[in-house]
Amino acid sequence: MRSRKIHGSLAIAASASLALAACGGAGGPQSGGSSGLSDGKVVIGLLNDQSGVYKDVSGPNSGVAIQMAIDDYKAKYGDKAVAKTIELVQADHQNKADIANSKAQEMYDRQKADVILDVPNSAAALAVATQAANKKKLYINISAGTTALTGAKCNKYTFHWAYNTGVLARGTAGAITKGGGTTWNIVYPDYAFGQDMNKSFTAQVQAAGGTVGQSIASPFPSDNFATFLTKAGEGNPKVVGSMHAGGDLINFVKQFNQSPLKGKVTLAVGLMFITDIHSLGLDQFAGTQFTDAWYWNFDAQNRAWADRFKAKTNVRPSFANAANYSAAMNYLEAVQAAGTDNADKIVAQLEGKKINDVFLRNGEVRKADHAVVHDVYLAKVKSSASEDWDYEEILKTIPAAEAYGPANPACKLG
Amino acid sequence: MSEFIQYTLQGLAAGGFYALSALGLAVIFGVLGVVNFSHGACYMLGAVISAVLLAELDLGFWPALLIVPVVMFCFGVLMERLLVRWLLALDPLYNFLLTFGLTLVLVEAVKMRYGVSGLPYEVPAGLGGQVTLGSVSLSTYAIFACVFSVVVCVAVGLLITRTRIGMIVRAATEAPERTRALGINVGRWVTPVFGFGIALAGLAGVLAAPTRAITAEMGSNFIIILFAVVVIGGLGSILGAVVAGFLVGLVEAYGIAYAPAYAQIVIFVMMALVVLVRPSGLFGREEIA
Repeated sequence: MRSRKIHGSLAIAASASLALAACGGAGGPQSGGSSGLSDGKVVIGLLNDQSGVYKDVSGPNSGVAIQMAIDDYKAKYGDKAVAKTIELVQADHQNKADIANSKAQEMYDRQKADVILDVPNSAAALAVATQAANKKKLYINISAGTTALTGAKCNKYTFHWAYNTGVLARGTAGAITKGGGTTWNIVYPDYAFGQDMNKSFTAQVQAAGGTVGQSIASPFPSDNFATFLTKAGEGNPKVVGSMHAGGDLINFVKQFNQSPLKGKVTLAVGLMFITDIHSLGLDQFAGTQFTDAWYWNFDAQNRAWADRFKAKTNVRPSFANAANYSAAMNYLEAVQAAGTDNADKIVAQLEGKKINDVFLRNGEVRKADHAVVHDVYLAKVKSSASEDWDYEEILKTIPAAEAYGPANPACKLG
Repeated sequence: MSEFIQYTLQGLAAGGFYALSALGLAVIFGVLGVVNFSHGACYMLGAVISAVLLAELDLGFWPALLIVPVVMFCFGVLMERLLVRWLLALDPLYNFLLTFGLTLVLVEAVKMRYGVSGLPYEVPAGLGGQVTLGSVSLSTYAIFACVFSVVVCVAVGLLITRTRIGMIVRAATEAPERTRALGINVGRWVTPVFGFGIALAGLAGVLAAPTRAITAEMGSNFIIILFAVVVIGGLGSILGAVVAGFLVGLVEAYGIAYAPAYAQIVIFVMMALVVLVRPSGLFGREEIA
């Protein structure tokens, strides 16, 4: 009892002196005349897959993209910059939700991150969203696909910047079905992402007037798809949709190309990154249609940015790299406008903001659910490249409203 | 009915490939008593080396089919000389852990050098497309891979059962002391046999390259199926590995056809049943169990 009292008074004394130091210090966080920054600096946390299957899509190279945003921000505002000191901290979540969860806490608490960016893998993404809500800190997800981030699991501090499974389905399933591919069979990997994609695609095929004959679940991971392809060809569909990602997708496409379906049915791919095309080669993917959130060689503006990116990394950027740049830049712009890195004030800055930048075209940070809606593209894999990484032909631009649909009513931002 | 035939053929085609892939595992266990967990990583290395040969030296599938096993043989010899040999006298668990650790090192090394997205590879000219008979059709390459695998399995089987080298190797494994007493240097045969098993893993990797994703992780899940194959067939039995390879291929194909989500579980259910009824596997020797 006695010792508890002593500890109690010690704690009070300690916190009092801390408070004194904070208020009295010349550069104290809240009182500093020059800025309203917590800890006197802005800390951007990048939490993604730095060693596993998504490393090439959005690993350390997204850190390079964020650093480009930091440099651009400093160059743009110079002495007038609110954030004079900007730190970038990175961590590898190894595609595991539990690691993502603890790394996010570490970033927010110990490394004083003001915002966490990226977080591929839907389970990991949702774990970090919960931390952001608990700690009332900002979180901008980029490369996870789940619609739950802006649906049932949405919260005030979480934004979803680049795409979601609904966008992929509206883009790819809608466009191909309307283009005459009215009968589908879908093969999907049997885990959360695959099931989500299967549902979204089925709904969009039907909405566009098509039918889905069969949806076939494949074990994850899987490397022998021969029999799945036989089943997928039953009933002579016009389109076979593969909802796989990473190695499974490559296995599926390679074996599709060796099956009798090749040349007879259209292959539609749910989620594809430019790095997938790069690793498998053009001739394997040629003609495949998919929805891309951004393509580096779409116009001069994209290309100029991609050139800068290539000078640093020696590769062309994936859409996730560009989206990380865009999110970091807009976050810093919001800090500049608000004059603080206080999360509530940044949220107020971002909500409803209309943005046109290198990544977002006709972009808007939707107030209702924090989905960052923007134009996306229906792409087709070229059969020959005129230069390295020149893999996509953009068939059409899908306007933001069509791609994202209305805000999810399941999301209640409080 | 034609669908059933189709599934059966696909199962057999996959089975031939499984048999070849598991063969090296069976040979190494049969002769050295080593459970080589790095077999999957060696299979991956075989595929990665084929892709590198194509990208860097423009050497396609057919040269790779010769070069890769030689390279992997040398790798196996090094592995045995530098690492595995020192733990042979100890509990088999030590080599199991050693090869498991080696797997992690190899996978991470390939990731560092070649990234995670995978490497491109082509189907060799002339083996693209399908062979169609009535309503049944099979990829030409899958037929080739299956026939090639069976030929290699039969050749290895003959080598071990019908030649003098095979006789020495078998004698050395079953009764090392008595074999030594006959004036045969048993230790001399251990290294090349280990290298041979690793070369077989590499060969399976080459065979996989045109039809599967070539990534650092490609062996990580595959090794699990291969263990199922050798356990069902009987650890160390070459005939067992071949029969079980086809069995697993068929069960997997029927599983996918009639209960897709359970396709892989079925394999392990079968493994559990076999182990329950015959703990040493279908063709295993009792003393191993």
